[in-house]
Parts: sequence; structure tokens; C-alpha cells
Amino acid sequence: MNEKNRIKILVVEDDPDMMEQMKIYLESEDYAVVAASTQKEAEPLIKPGAFSAAVLDLMMENPDSGFVLSHKIKKMDPKIPVVIVTSVTKETGYYFDKAHDPKSWIKADAIIHKELRFEQLKAELRRLMGAGERHAS
Amino acid sequence: MPPDPAAVHALDVLIVDDEAGMRAGAGRSLEGFTVDLPDFGETVAFTVRSASTGEEALAQLTAKSPDILLLDYKLPDMTGIDVLAAAPGAGDFLTIMITAFASLEVAVTATKRGAFDFLAKPFTPEELRATVSKAARSVYLQRKARRLEEEKRQVRFEFISVLAHELKSPLAAVEGYLHLMRERLKGPELGAYDPMVERSVTRIAGMRKLVMDLLDLTRLESGKKKRAIESVDLVKAAGLALENVAALAESRKVTVELKAPASLAIGADAGEMDMILSNLLTNAVKYNREGGRAVLELVPAEGGATVRCSDTGIGMTEEELAKLFGEFVRMKNEHTRNIDGSGLGLSILKKVVKLYGGEIKVSSKYGEGTTFELTLKDAPVPAGTAG
Repeated sequence: MNEKNRIKILVVEDDPDMMEQMKIYLESEDYAVVAASTQKEAEPLIKPGAFSAAVLDLMMENPDSGFVLSHKIKKMDPKIPVVIVTSVTKETGYYFDKAHDPKSWIKADAIIHKELRFEQLKAELRRLMGAGERHAS
Repeated sequence: MPPDPAAVHALDVLIVDDEAGMRAGAGRSLEGFTVDLPDFGETVAFTVRSASTGEEALAQLTAKSPDILLLDYKLPDMTGIDVLAAAPGAGDFLTIMITAFASLEVAVTATKRGAFDFLAKPFTPEELRATVSKAARSVYLQRKARRLEEEKRQVRFEFISVLAHELKSPLAAVEGYLHLMRERLKGPELGAYDPMVERSVTRIAGMRKLVMDLLDLTRLESGKKKRAIESVDLVKAAGLALENVAALAESRKVTVELKAPASLAIGADAGEMDMILSNLLTNAVKYNREGGRAVLELVPAEGGATVRCSDTGIGMTEEELAKLFGEFVRMKNEHTRNIDGSGLGLSILKKVVKLYGGEIKVSSKYGEGTTFELTLKDAPVPAGTAG
């Protein structure tokens, strides 16, 4: 598959090592990675046709950066699958903004933990994109 | 009209008495009555409702728990004690028992049921106000204490959650690289994995630093850290701190300069002085630009010293500056991406400086640099070690 036909995935991750690993794995799966390491850097990348799926870190320069980006992506195109990756301890019940139950407004399609196996991410992406989406762009 | 409605705290008073005159009189006495709490800059006012029987009182208590209950002992259908025994959520309100005659027995039983105070009939409006005012203070203080306790729990909870996050990130990074290596994703050539090994070593070192900083912080907070206060020459201490930061400075091509008198003695713990100076210098080098400058200045001051550390670094925006002293706060922007840190350095700095009755002033300009200025007061040198 040549560069042009690869499915583009927006990856926003502020940890340079996680970004590096994400790239290695996704590229080995023949995805093309559109990378941004801050919420600020990612915002101008949210444009129609720029990517077919997004993998977002939750905590970046703001504790809810991933949520905000997800919201913006979904506002632009609700069909784009968004996976939020977090190492925030869901088990401690720590929410960033107690006034909101995150799930009620984030509208991410999946929230997975950072110590995820990349197989899980790949499976999640495959599930969310569906077979039909493979012809995109 | 109260001058500042935000600072007025309204307490709900329920008056239970079968005499209509008593209810009306008590209501009038509390109408417009306020209690000032100058320590908190707040004023307490009262809203009053009433009930004429025990049954009515219980219905009102069930509908909405008051803050203060003025309860007549002798009610037509039951005693005030019966009301307290049957009241839902007892303990959420303060009870002032009204008795027609001072009976020790009633007093003892009512106290057992949690009555806060007594009013003997007949009483004057002043007596009523004095008793209610005492109860109001008590209610207010109790709530304030509960709120503070709650806030403290919340802060601790957030600290631990963020700490877990800070420890998990490097673990996840190293674990991820190990998986990549195990799967030989970069092919069979061992050299291809060198960058991954390098990064793993760096992340683990960062994690160790975090754990060490956390221990420092815990020792400072517990107050159990052994302190050896002696006469410390700050200039000498700065020289050592400078040596320790030299390698880092060289790798970033930052020149570090010391402006100080020949010597500057201060009563202090040498380890704590090193924490302060190293912390300032490390930040000034780390958050600098390539080819930049860091200047550490020591100035004698009345009963202590002033330490100033400025850099020609990336600086901070006002927004970043406001967040600076939070625990685990690390400025995240395009300039700081590759700068390692535990996010605890400034929390530690602040706590150490506080031990010397000092304060920290920070001024910063985005893109131009940051200056930290702190004042340290001599810690009293214990007798026998002073010289």
C-alpha cells in the first residue's frame, strides 16, 4: 500500500516515548500517523478529511485536553472514531471536573488505559473503523 | 440590607412551643438579629419557622432539618425529649431545650439526647439572642471544620491520583519499549534498539528522581526530618551546587554565573540550603535556551540572605505563572516537551523556604526568562554549635 492510500490516524500524545511507540505500532499496521504533542498543536489539525480516526491522550497541557479534542472532532464529524488513551486511575474515581460525568459529554467511542497492549488499540481501531471505512480517501 | 450578601450565612431556626405568644415573641426576637463572626469575615442571620405540637415538630423536622431547634420541654402531645428521640437525622441540628422550671432530671436526659443548651422560662429577648448566638457560632464552626476536613481529604486524594499518574507514565513507556523489543519490531539487528534502551534508562532515572523528591517532600511535611542547624556559608554551598549542575549546563550550552560576596554565613541546615540552591540552578539551566545564561546572586540581608536566580530561558506566560507552585505542575508546551522533571521541585522549594520564614517571588516573561527571588531568615543556631 503506498503512502497516499494509507488510512490516516491523528495521534495526540505528549509523552514522546508513547508517541514513538504508537507510531511504530500503527505504521507497522500500515496506518499513517498525523502526530501532535499538545492540545494546542492538535487543534488546527482538526479539519475535514485530515484523518479518519483519532487516538488522544487525556492529560496534556490541560488535564482534560483529550476530552476537549474529542468534543471538537465529534462536532466536526460525529462518524470519526475517537479513542481516548489515559493512564488516569479510573479505579480511584478521580474525575477532573466533578461537575461533569465525563462520559455524558465526551462522546469518545472508547476510553482505554495507557498500559494497554497495542493489540487492544489495533483491535479497537479496527472495530471502530469497520471494514467499509478502509476505502476512505 | 446586609452590606455583602455573599458573606451572610442564613441559619434555619425551628421554634417548637405550644404557646402562640412564645412562638411569636421568639420569632420577633430573632427577626433581623445577626451574629458577627469577625474571625471569618462573615455574618450569620436567621430564618424562623415554628411548630405548636410534638407531632407538627416531627413533621417539620422530617421535611427539612433545621440548623437550630428551640424546643419546649412540655408539649401537649409529648415531651421535648420524645421529640428528640423520634427526630430523624438527630445531630444535624443544635437543640436548645426550653423548660418552664429548672429541673436537673430534664437537663440530664436532654443532654444525653444531644441538647446543646437550655433556656429557662420566662426568658427575655436578650437571653434568647445570647443563647441562639452561642448555638449559631457552634453550628458555624462545626460546619467550617467539616468543610476544611473535606477539602483536605480532596487535596490528598488528588495528590495521590496525580502521583499514580506520574509514576505510571514512565512505567508504561519502558514497558512499551520492552514489548517492542520482544516482538523485534525493528528487525533482528540489536543496534536498532539502542534508542529504546537509552530512552528507557532516561525514564527510569526520572522515576527515581520523582521517588527521591517525594521522600524529601514527605520528610519536610512530616516535620520529622532531622535538621542540623549550624552556620552555613551560602557562597560555599552555592559553589557546590554550581559544580553539580555543571554537566547539565554544559550539555545545554548554558553558562552559569555566581554573583556573591566572599562569604555569606546563615544559620541553616546545609542539606536544606543545597536543596534550595540546586533546585533553583537546575530549573534555571533546564528551562533555558541553548547558549543561554543563568545567574545566581547571593545578597546579605537583615538577619538572613536574599537569593536571586535568573535565567534567559523560555519564560512563562501569566497563565503558566499562576499554576506554577502546584504539585506535579510541569509547564507543558512546545519548549518543555523534552525537559524531564518530577513536578515536585518547586513544592519542595516552597516548603524549605517556609522553614526559614522566607517567601518566594517569581517574575517571568514568556520567551525572555524567569527570576526567582527568595528571602531566607537565619534559623536560630542551637547553643553549643554556634561557634
